[in-house]
Amino acid sequence: MTNNKKKHHPTSFRAQGIVCHLDGNTLHVSGKLSFDEAAGFVRWTLKTVRPLRPERLILELSGLEYIDSAGVMALAYLQNKLGKKKIKTELTGGSESINEKTKLFSPGQRAERPRSYRPGAFEYAGYRLHLFFSSYLMGFLILAANISYWGLVDLFNKRSRRKGEFVNQAVLIGANAALIVVFLSFVIGYVIALHSAGQLRVFGANIFVVDLVVISYMSQMGPLITAILVAGRSGSSIAAEIATMQVTSELDALKTMGLNPNRFVVVPKLYACMLTMPFLIVLANVSGITGGAMAAWVYLDISPGIFINRMEHVLQAKDLYTGLVKSQVFAGLIVLTGSFYGFRVEKGAEGVGKVTTTAVVVAITLVILADSILGVIFY
Amino acid sequence: MDREKVVEVQGLHAAFDDTTVLSDISFAAYKGEITVILGGSGSGKTTLLKHLLGLYHIVQGRASVLGKDLSGLREVEQVELYHQMGVFYQSGALLNSLSVAENVALPLAQHTRLPRELIDDIVMMKLGLVNMTHAFHLYPSQLSGGMLKRVALARAIVMDPPLLFCDEPGAGLDPVMLESLDALILNLKNMLGMSIVMVTHDVSSILRVADRIVFLDSGRVALEGDLDTALKSDHPAVKGFFGVLKHEHIRQIQG
Ligand SMILES: Nc1ncnc2c1ncn2[C@@H]1O[C@H](COP(=O)(O)OP(=O)(O)OP(=O)(O)O)[C@@H](O)[C@H]1O
Ligand SMILES: [Mg+2]
Repeated sequence: MTNNKKKHHPTSFRAQGIVCHLDGNTLHVSGKLSFDEAAGFVRWTLKTVRPLRPERLILELSGLEYIDSAGVMALAYLQNKLGKKKIKTELTGGSESINEKTKLFSPGQRAERPRSYRPGAFEYAGYRLHLFFSSYLMGFLILAANISYWGLVDLFNKRSRRKGEFVNQAVLIGANAALIVVFLSFVIGYVIALHSAGQLRVFGANIFVVDLVVISYMSQMGPLITAILVAGRSGSSIAAEIATMQVTSELDALKTMGLNPNRFVVVPKLYACMLTMPFLIVLANVSGITGGAMAAWVYLDISPGIFINRMEHVLQAKDLYTGLVKSQVFAGLIVLTGSFYGFRVEKGAEGVGKVTTTAVVVAITLVILADSILGVIFY
Repeated sequence: MDREKVVEVQGLHAAFDDTTVLSDISFAAYKGEITVILGGSGSGKTTLLKHLLGLYHIVQGRASVLGKDLSGLREVEQVELYHQMGVFYQSGALLNSLSVAENVALPLAQHTRLPRELIDDIVMMKLGLVNMTHAFHLYPSQLSGGMLKRVALARAIVMDPPLLFCDEPGAGLDPVMLESLDALILNLKNMLGMSIVMVTHDVSSILRVADRIVFLDSGRVALEGDLDTALKSDHPAVKGFFGVLKHEHIRQIQG
C-alpha cells in the first residue's frame, strides 16, 4: 500500500451485480459477471492492476455466482492483456458450474485477416483497361450478338415466344411512358421557341423559329428526350428485374429447365422497346413542335396557320428516317445495357441497387454518344 | 404446475387474406426447457413463430412471451423484450453487406460498451461453438447454405439470451454437424438455463433434445406433451411422423 499511484483508483469496484476487491495481488470477484458487468469490470481491472505491475495476479472467483459467455471471455481477455505486461494470472476458487461454462466458452484461436494485395497505380490502370476490354466490352458484344440472334430467330418462330409477354412489356416500356414523354417534350419545345424568340426578333427573322423548332425536334430533341426518359424508366427496371432474378437463382432455374434467359427474358423486352420507341418519338415530336408553335404564337405573333404553312417547307423525309434509325439504335442500347448490368450483379440484394444505378448512367451515356455519332452521319 | 412459462399462447388465430393458417392454437413453453414445434411443411410453424416475435400483429387470441402480453405492447417494451431473446431465422437472414464477424458482432457493438478486441474475442468464441471460425473475415455471399445457418445461429446466441427461437436450425446440415449442433443447444440449456423454442423436422434431433413437443397439423395443435406422449400418440399425423422410426432405433438414440 505504499504505491502512491494507488490513491487514484479505489481498490474496490462495485457495479450492477458485481463486486471486486483487490487485496495485495489477489482480486476477489463476486456476484455476477455477465454482459452487463463485463465492460466495466475489464476497464476497472486493467486501470487498477497495470500501474501496480505485480508479478502475478490471482483472480479469486469463489464468490462468483453467475457467469455467461461475455464473463468468460472477459476473464480470458484480462489474462491475455496482463500477460503482455508480463503479469502472470491465475484463476482459482470457481465453483463447478463456473468452471463448466469456462470450458464451454473457451476462447477460439484468433484468425489472421487475409492480407489484401494492393497493386501499384500503373498495374491497377492496366488491369482496369484489360478488364474493360476483356470483360465489359467483350461481354457486351457477346450479349448483343446472342440477343440479336435470338431476336431474329424468334421473329419467325411463333411457338417459342412467351405468350403475352410482348404485349405486357410494350405496355410497361411504351404505353406507360407516353404521358411523361408528351408532357416534357411540350415544355421543352415551348422553352426552346421562347428563348430563340428574343434573338430572332432582333434580326427580324421571326419566321425562322419554325425551322428551328421543327428541325431540332425531328432530328435531335425528339429522339433524344424519348431515349433518355425510356433509359431512366425502363433501363433501370430491366436491370433491377434481371439482377433480382439472378440473386434469387431464378435465372439458374430457367437455365436448368432448358430455357435460355436471354431468349426468355430479354428478347420480349427488346421487341417491345424497338416497336414502341418510334411511336414515342412521334409523340415527342408532335407535342414538342406544338409547344414551340404555342410559344411562337404568344411571343412572335406567328399564328398556327402560318406555322403549319411554313412547316411544310421545312419538313424533310430525311429527318423522319433519322428519327426511325435512331429509335431502333437507342432501343437496342437501352435494353442491352439494362440486361448486361442485370446479369452482372454480385453480392445479393445490395448489388441490385448498384447495378441499377450503373445501368441507367451507362445507358444514358451510350444514348447521347450514339446520338452524336448518328447526328454526324446523317448531317 | 409451478414451472415458469416463457411462452404462452391461447386461442391464436391467423389468416393471410382469406386463407386461415392458424386456428385456435394454444400451448405453453417452460423455462429451461427445449420446446420443439413440429409439423408438416406449410403447416404454419414459421407463421406461429413470427407471431411470437411480434413480427405479425395478433388479431385474434392471446400470446405472451417472458410474461409480457404481446398485444398492446408498447414499442419500447417490445424492444426490451427483443434484448432478452435471440432469433434464428429459417433463411439465415444475415446482412449481406457485413462480414460474418460484423454480423455476429452487431448486437454486441450496438448494445454493450465492451472494448473492440473483447468483442472480436467473443465473436470468435461463438463462431467456434458452431465450428465456423474460419469464416471470420468472409462475407455471407461466400458461404454455403449450411455455413450460413451456423453463422446465423452464432449471431442468435451471441448475447446469451434467456430465450432462443430457432426456425429449423438443423436443415441443410450433415448428420455429424447436426449432432454437434444439438449438443451445443443442450449445453446452452443445461449450463445457461436457456429456454429454447425450436422448429425442426429432423427426428433424430427431436429425440436428442426435445423436452416438450407441440405438433401442428394444418394449423391446429394435434398434440402437446413430452416425447413419450408423442411416440405413443394415436393421432394419424403424429403417428405418420414418428412411425418412420423403428422402435429399437429410438431406444438406441435415447441411450
Ligand atoms: N406472407 C404470407 N402471405 C400469404 N400466405 C402466407 C404468407 N406466409 C405464409 N403463408 C402461408 O401460410 C402457410 C404456412 O406457412 P409457414 O411459412 O408458416 O409454414 P411452415 O410450417 O413454416 O412450413 P416449412 O416447414 O415449409 O417452413 C402456408 O400455406 C403459406 O402459403
Ligand atoms: Mg417455415
